[in-house]
Amino acid sequence: MAAQANALTLEELKEKGKVLRRLIIRMTTEAGSGHPSSSLSAVEVVNALWFGGFMKYDPANPNWEARDRFILSKGHAVPVLYAAMAEAGYFSEDDVMTLRKLGSPFEGHPNMKRLPGIEASTGSLGQGLSLGIGQALGARLNDNGSNVFVIIGDGEMGEGQVWEALAAAEKFKLGNLTAIIDQNGFQQTGATQDVLDLGCFEEKIAAFGWYTQTIDGNDQAAVVEALENAAKVSDRPKVIISKTKKGYGILPVLEETGDVNYHGKPLSPELAEKALAFLA
Amino acid sequence: MYLGELSGLKIGQATRDAFGDALKELGDKNPGIVTVDGDVGNSTRTEVFAQAYPERSFNVGIAESNMVSVAGGLASTGHIPVVASFAAFLLCNAYDQIRMSISFPNMNVKLVGTHAGISIGEDGPSQMGIEDVSLACSLPGMVVIVPADAVSTKAATAAMIEHEGPVYLRLGRPKVSEIYSEGDTFEIGKANTVREGDDVTIIANGLMVAGAMDAATRLAEEGMSVRVIDMHTVKPLDVEAIQKAAHETGAIVVAEEHLSHGGLGSAVAMAVSQTNPVPMAYVNVGDCFAESGDPQGLLDKYGLTATAIVEAVKKVK
Repeated sequence: MAAQANALTLEELKEKGKVLRRLIIRMTTEAGSGHPSSSLSAVEVVNALWFGGFMKYDPANPNWEARDRFILSKGHAVPVLYAAMAEAGYFSEDDVMTLRKLGSPFEGHPNMKRLPGIEASTGSLGQGLSLGIGQALGARLNDNGSNVFVIIGDGEMGEGQVWEALAAAEKFKLGNLTAIIDQNGFQQTGATQDVLDLGCFEEKIAAFGWYTQTIDGNDQAAVVEALENAAKVSDRPKVIISKTKKGYGILPVLEETGDVNYHGKPLSPELAEKALAFLA
Repeated sequence: MYLGELSGLKIGQATRDAFGDALKELGDKNPGIVTVDGDVGNSTRTEVFAQAYPERSFNVGIAESNMVSVAGGLASTGHIPVVASFAAFLLCNAYDQIRMSISFPNMNVKLVGTHAGISIGEDGPSQMGIEDVSLACSLPGMVVIVPADAVSTKAATAAMIEHEGPVYLRLGRPKVSEIYSEGDTFEIGKANTVREGDDVTIIANGLMVAGAMDAATRLAEEGMSVRVIDMHTVKPLDVEAIQKAAHETGAIVVAEEHLSHGGLGSAVAMAVSQTNPVPMAYVNVGDCFAESGDPQGLLDKYGLTATAIVEAVKKVK
């Protein structure tokens, strides 16, 4: 099955990123709840993975065995995943506008039982990388060339299970596993370095034996380049520490509100109008 | 005196040993089976499988949270992961992972908790899984099996692999009495009546089935006809067998090697109260942690004995 997504050019990716951002804002404002700022920080990474030619998938056959797997361990940022999957053709934009509504499979956190194409039910932080290890081991046993990508939040790195997984992935030399830490600098109650300062992720994870890179994760070209570098490494697990800004893309609009974290709340309809105009 | 001795039952294998042998045999035929261990494979007996199939065995070290979620990932790529650890560490340490990585997405993962109950003995309360059945039963869709002996454990292991969906299999450390013979039937969710009787019913599982057999033997000497039901599957519960027993014998005693809350006793009581209410009594560890000691001494001290079951029967009959 030819399911390698056609890679967009850098310019096309940047346009696609705006499409994703608009969808994130629209769906969370329509829902009246959700985590738009946590979703916006990860747009460039999600965008590159789904549309930059780094993942093979087939929206018409979401259970295709040799597909690559995408796990959003920071499940509260699921609007960015719904937006990407809508753009990829798994469902329509109208569908995702039912986000968080009773009866909708577009739940507040990813639910693989209700939505084909979702690879992990997340929302209790810390479990995605371990699930990714299991999928990477399974892909190796299946010998189907499937790769696994896991996006983890920087606040989520406080969970001990992530560090168990970092050690185990190296033990099993999982060259088909790539983790991306969306280091947007904030968690629920404040700056991540104030809540629980874990210091330099790259230094720590390199000490576990991983292939590491640290990049500006809101620079689309840098994200593409980092994923290209990672794709060349196949003898050990790979991590990209993606330094981002929470709410990236509409920061001036959020700054007006006096809350640069803007955690776990949607934009009001008026603010959303401003944000959409700003993106345009 | 061991549980089952009074009834003339012979001591057989420990359930964990039976499981280890059975898993390896199942692995010979089913290439989908993989194991995920938290570095206690020589205690849980998954080592038998791991030695035969090293490429299908993953020891993640002493990291139960990671262990359980890794199994969830393996299941989502079509494999049948068997995750084994001490019941206490599997259920209590990794409960959120069982909830979110296994139960909620309905992953085809087999959780095996060994060294359950107080009969683990000298290692003491930190190692004793005595709340595990309650925790496992709380999760939607989880099948919970507590086999009584080696023969039924082998059958339960095969049935667990055959079943599509999450299963918790509870096993013990010590050798236990043989209740069944090779070829006896075992079906998930279908209780076995291991002794017929009309005056009262003892519903038990795990090693307390042997205790129930002893109690029935003693009560028979007093002229009482006691039915003994091995309720090896706590979830889904065989409500039909319970209703029938309540109707036909008029009183029920539940015996289990578990805390008083949330185990077999709670499950049977809910079934009885909704079908055919009759007097009930309970034999279990109570609402406490136990202590270090020899297994037999602990069973005696914490009231998991034939005598305790006989006394419970006399409360309701």
